[in-house]
Amino acid sequence: MGHSRVAILGNYAMQFAARSLRKAAKVSGLPVDLYLADYGTADMELLDPGSGLYAFKPDFIVWHESTLALRDQFYANREDDRLGYALSAVGRIRAHLERLERDLPGCKVLYPNHPAGFEDNLFGHYGYKLPTSWHFQLGKTNHLLNELAAEADNLILVNAWPVGRAEPLTDYAMVVNADLHYTLPYLDWMADTWVRIIRCHQGRFVKCVILDLDNTLWGGIIGDDGIEGIQVGSLGVGKAFTRLQKWLKELVGRGILLAVCSKNDEDVAKGAFLRHPEMVLRLEDISVFVANWESKADNIARIRQVLNIGYDAMVFLDDNPAERDIVRRHLPDVIVPELPEDPALYLPHLIGLNLFETAGVSRTDLERTRQYQEEGRRQQLAQSVTNMDEFLASLGMKARITPFQEQDVERISQLTLRSNQFNLRTRRYGVPDIRRILQDPSCETFSVSLKDTFGDYGLISLVVVELTDDGGASIDTWIMSCRVLKRTVEELLMNHVVERLQARGVTRLSGEYIPSGKNRLVEDLLPRLGFQPDGENRYTLLMSDFTPFQTKIMTLGQDDK
Amino acid sequence: MDKTISDLMPIFRDVLEDDTIQLSESSTARDVPGWDSLNHIYIVVAIEKRFKVKFKSTQIQAWQCVGDILKDLNENP
Repeated sequence: MGHSRVAILGNYAMQFAARSLRKAAKVSGLPVDLYLADYGTADMELLDPGSGLYAFKPDFIVWHESTLALRDQFYANREDDRLGYALSAVGRIRAHLERLERDLPGCKVLYPNHPAGFEDNLFGHYGYKLPTSWHFQLGKTNHLLNELAAEADNLILVNAWPVGRAEPLTDYAMVVNADLHYTLPYLDWMADTWVRIIRCHQGRFVKCVILDLDNTLWGGIIGDDGIEGIQVGSLGVGKAFTRLQKWLKELVGRGILLAVCSKNDEDVAKGAFLRHPEMVLRLEDISVFVANWESKADNIARIRQVLNIGYDAMVFLDDNPAERDIVRRHLPDVIVPELPEDPALYLPHLIGLNLFETAGVSRTDLERTRQYQEEGRRQQLAQSVTNMDEFLASLGMKARITPFQEQDVERISQLTLRSNQFNLRTRRYGVPDIRRILQDPSCETFSVSLKDTFGDYGLISLVVVELTDDGGASIDTWIMSCRVLKRTVEELLMNHVVERLQARGVTRLSGEYIPSGKNRLVEDLLPRLGFQPDGENRYTLLMSDFTPFQTKIMTLGQDDK
Repeated sequence: MDKTISDLMPIFRDVLEDDTIQLSESSTARDVPGWDSLNHIYIVVAIEKRFKVKFKSTQIQAWQCVGDILKDLNENP
């Protein structure tokens, strides 16, 4: 994948933040090109369309306004201006964001909010009652920033308060000596957060938590202690496990998949989920349940097969350091956090790690667990039939293919952000980008929803084609969810693409495969669909040469149910 | 026990990523390649971390040479 272009703006000595960011990017394997604006020039750079910032064309801007510096600015206001300080400070940020939305479309701004610890205690707690105090205006600034984040698509508000860390944020000797407003370890932590957010917006984020059971999800060993003997619920240490389970249940609710990987007899392990009255997690919350006596690394590989996601999208939780070590060694991409020895600390520790960054949520997230359970049943059917055609026919698939529609823009954007494998060119689009494409008359768009007798997959594939004036067209994006691999969806979609392009007078369609390191799956997609090679990773199809594919999918019209 | 030049050398080499650096008590920023104002801060922070000390801002500002750093380092409790 190409380098991410990241600009750094701020009002303290930003070279330190730049160095931390470079280091964090390197550690996480994110190639970056950095642009560091001159000290204290953020507002000027943002205002001037001829500035180095705009010329750099950043994908991301990290804009760090030091709380300490803002405090100095606040004191420079007269008493009657102090009342409106937060409004005007956030108004200034809003104006910059609107300019960026227009002049640098697609660029996201990471803006850290103001952490606690920079109050001035001029009035003690009375500051809460005094709208002209810094204490009051600081809190209001954070609140208004939060409201702005909910509105402005290009603002990513970053929580600057390091949950779970006790060290000071500022070394005041360094403020005096070097205009360095934060400690180096704090900047390292902050930069790590920035990198994580950037990676997340590039489609690299956690999708699944794999859980050990004994002494991880409940206290005790169910094989020895029995269902009645395990600790979960309102008594003693059981409370810690209950609280952890409630948090995991919330994760399920927002689209994170849970899988179980436990050394246990399956019936015994499932018994707790079915029959223990105080278990918060139930079998329907678990997408894939693997309990046996084999190696956990092998079992995680099996779970990955069903879910069809990358190892780097998985977190593995296990109280046993030896199991963690085995998984780390065999599957180095799986995220394996240390767990504290005390179960009471599991949850605060996990929350502090902030593993579940996301670039957005959609309705589909909420249905994901059910979809993977359906997939498990499909795979059982697939094992029982030997002939692929017969299997496909028995699924009774029905597809609806339409141009992009307003109600789908979130899901469509999310597919471009999440999909790594079946993704021809790995173009990432936010919701505003999708809206732009939807309205662009030179673009033809296709989205495919699919269902079968086992359930509804929802919107699982999309194509964006750009038309040129000379009867040509090129594929900008071709994405499909890996849950519908080998269902002949791409062939069906190709039939529709050709049909609609021909209706618009297109005679020649070109396509390109851009390797990302994760999309080998579509290396041969275009030749498979009838394209002829036309340079390295480039292909062309003359419409007149195209023969429609046979598929086992019935196409529904706009209005069919 | 008092710290010496040989205690500081690894820190300078590590921060400046240069294993050939040689220091004496009279070394100044001008004598050591890469020892600029930015790296100076990384060196100060690394020394504070390594020896679990905290310099005063007045101390840091008064330093002229490596010997000055050593003197303050050895005076810190």
